[in-house]
Amino acid sequence: MAIRLTVNGKQQSYGGDPDMPLLWFLRDELDLIGTKFGCGIASCGACTVHVAGEARRSCSTPMSELDGAKVTTIEGMAKGDRLHPVQQAWIDEDVAQCGYCQTGQIMAVADLLARNPNPSDDEIDQSLNNLCRCGSYARLRKGVHRAAALMKGAKA
Amino acid sequence: MTIQLDRRAFLRVTAVSGAMVLTMPRGAIAAIDGAAADIGLHIRLTPDNRLTIRTATTEIGQGTNTSIPMLIVEELDFPFDRTSVQNMVPPIRRTAEGRIESQVFAGGAGGSTAIAASYDAARQTGAIARNLLMQEAAARWSVPIGELTTADGFVVHVASKRRLAYGALAGGAAGRPVPTGPLPLKPRSEHKLIGTSQKQKEARAIVTGERLFGIDQTMPGMLHAVMLRAPVLDASIAKVDDSAARAVPGVRHVIRLPAIAPDSGFRNRPLAEGVAVVADSRWAALKGREALIVEWAGGATAENSDERIAAAWADLVAGKGHRVSQTGDVDAAFSAAAKVVEARYDAPMVAHAPMEPQNTLAHVTAEGATVITPTQQPVGVAGTVADVLGIPIEKVKVVTVRCGGGFGRRLYTDMVAEAALIAKAVGVPVKLVWTRECDMATDLYRPGGAHRFRAAIDAGGTLTGWDHGIASQSRRYRSAPDQGIASLATSEVAIHDHPGALVPNRRYDYVPIDSAAPRGAWRAPGHNINGWTMQAFLDEVAEAAGQDPLAFRLAMLGEARDLPYETHGGPIFSTGRMAAVLRLAAAKGDWGKPLPKGSGRGIAGHFSFGSYVAHVVQVTMKPGGAFSVDRVTSGIDCGIVVNPNGVAMQNEGAINDALSTALGQAITIRGGQVEQSNFADYPMMRIDRAATLVETHIVPSDAPPRGMGEPSLPPFTAALTNAIHAASGKRIRSLPIGEQLA
Ligand code: FES
Ligand code: FES
Repeated sequence: MAIRLTVNGKQQSYGGDPDMPLLWFLRDELDLIGTKFGCGIASCGACTVHVAGEARRSCSTPMSELDGAKVTTIEGMAKGDRLHPVQQAWIDEDVAQCGYCQTGQIMAVADLLARNPNPSDDEIDQSLNNLCRCGSYARLRKGVHRAAALMKGAKA
Repeated sequence: MTIQLDRRAFLRVTAVSGAMVLTMPRGAIAAIDGAAADIGLHIRLTPDNRLTIRTATTEIGQGTNTSIPMLIVEELDFPFDRTSVQNMVPPIRRTAEGRIESQVFAGGAGGSTAIAASYDAARQTGAIARNLLMQEAAARWSVPIGELTTADGFVVHVASKRRLAYGALAGGAAGRPVPTGPLPLKPRSEHKLIGTSQKQKEARAIVTGERLFGIDQTMPGMLHAVMLRAPVLDASIAKVDDSAARAVPGVRHVIRLPAIAPDSGFRNRPLAEGVAVVADSRWAALKGREALIVEWAGGATAENSDERIAAAWADLVAGKGHRVSQTGDVDAAFSAAAKVVEARYDAPMVAHAPMEPQNTLAHVTAEGATVITPTQQPVGVAGTVADVLGIPIEKVKVVTVRCGGGFGRRLYTDMVAEAALIAKAVGVPVKLVWTRECDMATDLYRPGGAHRFRAAIDAGGTLTGWDHGIASQSRRYRSAPDQGIASLATSEVAIHDHPGALVPNRRYDYVPIDSAAPRGAWRAPGHNINGWTMQAFLDEVAEAAGQDPLAFRLAMLGEARDLPYETHGGPIFSTGRMAAVLRLAAAKGDWGKPLPKGSGRGIAGHFSFGSYVAHVVQVTMKPGGAFSVDRVTSGIDCGIVVNPNGVAMQNEGAINDALSTALGQAITIRGGQVEQSNFADYPMMRIDRAATLVETHIVPSDAPPRGMGEPSLPPFTAALTNAIHAASGKRIRSLPIGEQLA
């Protein structure tokens, strides 16, 4: 039986091996390559997407869990030309070095800010556990605060 | 600084649909600072007044896709926000002498050389393009070129108040005669862009998840490949049963790949025998690999890394090491010493583990091969493909892409060789992507080592004797043509580096640690361990001499003078510039000011790749053996700075790279197997342990520009362990820190 899900608002269906992780469905079948492969064991966070609005490691989320699910990837974050505040904050603070981890970081941060619009440094430390091999953590932290400010500005 | 334009290899300018396309080939600009400038650039100015630059240097996160365009645009006098960057497909050829080279550039990334090599050539390229545009405007307006100026993408004739956008002139400018000599470049005082902080050019593409990286590339009809290799180093295949693997839906091919000995050029990692599974999808390939039954035979099963290190250490202590160099009368210095300090420092092998696992997309047909790969070494990629396929180099097309980190791993082309062999076997495009486990077990590890230090201090508290013995798994193992001990030592010992080089009586011994593990260049090769051990031991010496660590270092450096430094990063080491970065870091980092109990500061400075870096690190001990890095202040002198923001980024990144490595990373070998396989057992630092308050202070300098991809890393580890000592009284003499402070 086919698994039906929406990805970035578009209906998709999948009839293959239900054990296949969402990561490969996104990258290889839908060509949504902004979601990255880093470890395959739910450790690095490069593959982070939103399922029902919450951050999930797509490398360790089998398709079988996703019937009826709403998935958002980095490609679904901007509204037309208008970037998501976290994406904008990432540009403003010039966070990325090689950039490979950053789409996953942005998805994780967007989830954090949805739950906690004004996280302290300690809360950031406790909530974010995506790896950045390039060590962009100093700017990443600034980026979180900047995104929080942008989101408040947008609401006002 | 002199520039010579070599007319035989001079640049080409062509008009393409109204655009001016200017290519600065390899060798067009020679004799910069006495060395051939090995860069090439390609710029395209279109009628809509947009500039596209293709650079030779691959972007691996070091920021050259921003800093090299800055150099061109400075002289071209063009709006930087209308400038974009792209990758270049280098035409590669074999020279009459049989050397493989790019016709446009050597390219790649390594050794923190990009800015140094590009500085003059890139600015000259911009100046030539500007001159051609001015010639065109002069002809159109029938005025002498001398009456023209430029302003931000326009040629301007002030007298007649006329101006024309570069884009409107581009097509005609392409037909104007190229200047026959080097053009005068702006003096430093007139720079508008160089020296200003610019953000990374590809930031938007990164945050929106565009197709930038190697792993993202596709070709129509492409298959997916994964590799299975022996768990034991150097093992071979006894038997393959692939029936279950072939039965997995979607699996198309199971291919046995031969062992290939390393060459001493591009591909100096041996390829162990392995099995590739090729399938319609990556998931099918992974399932197929799981179903493979392979019996392995032989290999380095007797190897345990701790035993090998212990054996080499015993030889070192017994005086059986190879004497690499000796200066002065070391024995006399030690006999006359008022105090002798001794210590052993240990660092493990570590993996590169770039965030983007190794991958290559290859298509091999009767006509030739195309490979798309994230590489630090495009020419090496072409050489490897030609070599393993037995085809002429001209039939290899290499497409370089942004790399998800490099750290030295992508200087090697073993993954490219595999992909080429697989693609040849299957006849359609194949994307090989290693699993993380495969990446970690199939690396060229940074050598580890056991360092034996002895220092003689005279009654006046001066360091008079320095005895540094190293046992290590040499980086030159299986790669240098000469595998003798003297050759193996050259990548490991630090005879050129201070503080040792400043001590009148000094000697260096070396013992190789035997291991089957491949070794390679890892961010700041050699310096990465030596910078730590030497600067950490120096703190112990200062303590024994009863002196402040900063004062002791400054006294050793003495008056400002230039000393010879006869290896990469030379030709000179300036004691004055090193002292200046130490003083700057110390002043900004509140050196000497009291801190609460449980907190402490450490300082260290190191010179590498032509750049001087010192850090003051402030830490606070936490219950349970953890600690926080509260603040890092860095003093940096890398000569002329092109992009201060880029320097700050590299500094922040290198600091966190060093911290992550020091906290928990080690590659160990048991029974010939690498014991680590993924981030679960090879922990990489997350934000909670990171240094997030990093202050980068730059010494204003007119010295030639030097790179910053690596030099911040070596001194950090020493400043860190020195700070831990100041905060806790404990000396970290063995990495990783792990549970030692619990
Ligand atoms: S790839 Fe999913 S967490 Fe690393
Ligand atoms: S920016 Fe390179 S891994 Fe994070």
